[in-house]
Amino acid sequence: MSVDIKNYEQIVGKDVIDELFIIAEKLKGKSIQNINSTAVGGGVAEILSRMIPLLQNLGVNASWDVIKGGDKFFNITKKIHNGLHGVDISFTDDEIEIFLEVNRQNAKELNLYGDILFIHDPQPIALIEKKQETEKKWLWRCHIDFSNPQEKIWLFLKNFIEQYDASVFSAPSFAKELNIKQILISPSIDPLSDKNKDLNKNEIKSVFEKFKIDMEKPIITQISRFDYLKDPVGVIKAYKLVKKYIDCQLVLAGGGATDDPEGEKVLKEVKESAADDPDIFILLLPPGSDFEINALQRGSTVILQKSLKEGFGLTVAEALWKAKPVIAGAVGGIPLQIAHKYSGILTHTIEGTAYWIKQLLQSPDYAKKLGENGREHIKNNFLITRHIKEYILAFLSLYYNDDVVNL
Amino acid sequence: MEPFVFKTRLHLTIILGKKAKNIIELLEGIKTVPGSCIYYHTHKFLQQHHYLSPEPPNDFAFWISNILQEKTLGEQMAAIDIMQFKTIKELRDKFIEIIENYLSNKKNFNDVMPGSEFQFLKSQSFVINTNHIANNIQEFYEILKKISIDSLYFHIFEARLRLEKPTNDFSLWLESTGELQIAKKIAQLDPYTQTLQDLRNKICKLLEKKINVS
Repeated sequence: MSVDIKNYEQIVGKDVIDELFIIAEKLKGKSIQNINSTAVGGGVAEILSRMIPLLQNLGVNASWDVIKGGDKFFNITKKIHNGLHGVDISFTDDEIEIFLEVNRQNAKELNLYGDILFIHDPQPIALIEKKQETEKKWLWRCHIDFSNPQEKIWLFLKNFIEQYDASVFSAPSFAKELNIKQILISPSIDPLSDKNKDLNKNEIKSVFEKFKIDMEKPIITQISRFDYLKDPVGVIKAYKLVKKYIDCQLVLAGGGATDDPEGEKVLKEVKESAADDPDIFILLLPPGSDFEINALQRGSTVILQKSLKEGFGLTVAEALWKAKPVIAGAVGGIPLQIAHKYSGILTHTIEGTAYWIKQLLQSPDYAKKLGENGREHIKNNFLITRHIKEYILAFLSLYYNDDVVNL
Repeated sequence: MEPFVFKTRLHLTIILGKKAKNIIELLEGIKTVPGSCIYYHTHKFLQQHHYLSPEPPNDFAFWISNILQEKTLGEQMAAIDIMQFKTIKELRDKFIEIIENYLSNKKNFNDVMPGSEFQFLKSQSFVINTNHIANNIQEFYEILKKISIDSLYFHIFEARLRLEKPTNDFSLWLESTGELQIAKKIAQLDPYTQTLQDLRNKICKLLEKKINVS
């Protein structure tokens, strides 16, 4: 699908897009060079591949380069990634040397032409060693949940982070005490992507028919990986508590986790827990099932995201965008997306989740209102247009320190 | 008559890296953070939820009530009438006074679970001119109906408390055009207890009495 910023006018309004053009104009004469470690696959590449064309559409001189590194380097950066998530890993002096050497080699080979160097995640972080040689602004974007990092890894990275002019984090809890500016920019969803775009009734119906789910009966759905932290077995227990009183169906749909031994174990437990209940649908969806996920969300009566631990939890934003009533665990970034009893329901237990499913199934008007409020909240705070606005402001903020800036 | 240039204000949230795990640390933070942090935590709800709820909860009150579970103090903090304060300093002093009063009768202070700490944030505002300029009250009315919520927000809230002007921008301009009555009535509207959309409708209604509505 070709990308055109004007297509978003119909969703967020002309005034919002006009404002984007006005602030983009203020970046005239500045080039923004994004650098990360992969051109395809992974969340960062996905965001950049949408974001760069939209920025260019707005007239921003934005580009994207990728560093090179061999298997050894990426094994080390994988370790760093796990260490940032709190996994206890060992990190030898040799590995540190390889990490730095690959960064230095890239710094030599890459043409660092941007006026603003926008470096994504830890892999290329040591490019900052070049800062002394250039008159440029350096901005570091952390896409990772940083809330509980292993100390040694954190101190190693901190040494580089603090050489940047500013940093960007996705949630306040991911931030640390640093001597540079820390900007908060939440992730976003793209309302025009296959996963979120509008679908007509027939498209939705076709997916439910394919999976043999009855659209005449209430449908409770959780979309997520088969992972203990998403508590799929807890979801089945909640459903069973509801089922005693209301004849409903449960859909548990998630991406394939076949390369993840734990994923298979969880899936097995889920299947055992579901037993032979014909109203429970466990759908293992292959990669690229965005259209099916979109339709399943749109055709459901209530959406759950009963996570026990969560990064940002954008599946909640996706469901709310479809104006669905959502019941979700009050963890990670979910409370930023749901104001309890206004734009969704936050719960902490299986019993609480079951209670609220019953309430929402019995009170469709209230459920509808929650969904509508949720959609409005996502529209104002979690769409890609807000993300773009904040990126442009973050670039501008590298040149201004005052709390109120008259542009 | 000077034309009225509609501006808008876009903001970037800055993490201060400072957090509080109990009421003592919250109080300490409220005393020492920059004014733009107090402003952020008393106005964030308005920006994020302006269309949902006319409640004026500030982040401090929300955290005290819902995370610390100190309902009485939370209610006192939520009930602060921000309209009566002309500067952030006065508002900050009021928060300090309420918490210190409350603490004078308390001996035990609970810590919240790790991950539920209060995170101090502030906003950096970027003020830009929109393409809308009103040369008279009729044009002012027509533009007011269609400007973004952010622009309305800037002229009503940010102008007064953050930029410390005597009243909101609309009233200041209407006064300069001789429309003293309307200016006064707009200044009396309490923007903290209604949604921005309701506020826009009320201001439009006041203006409609003066002009030809097409």
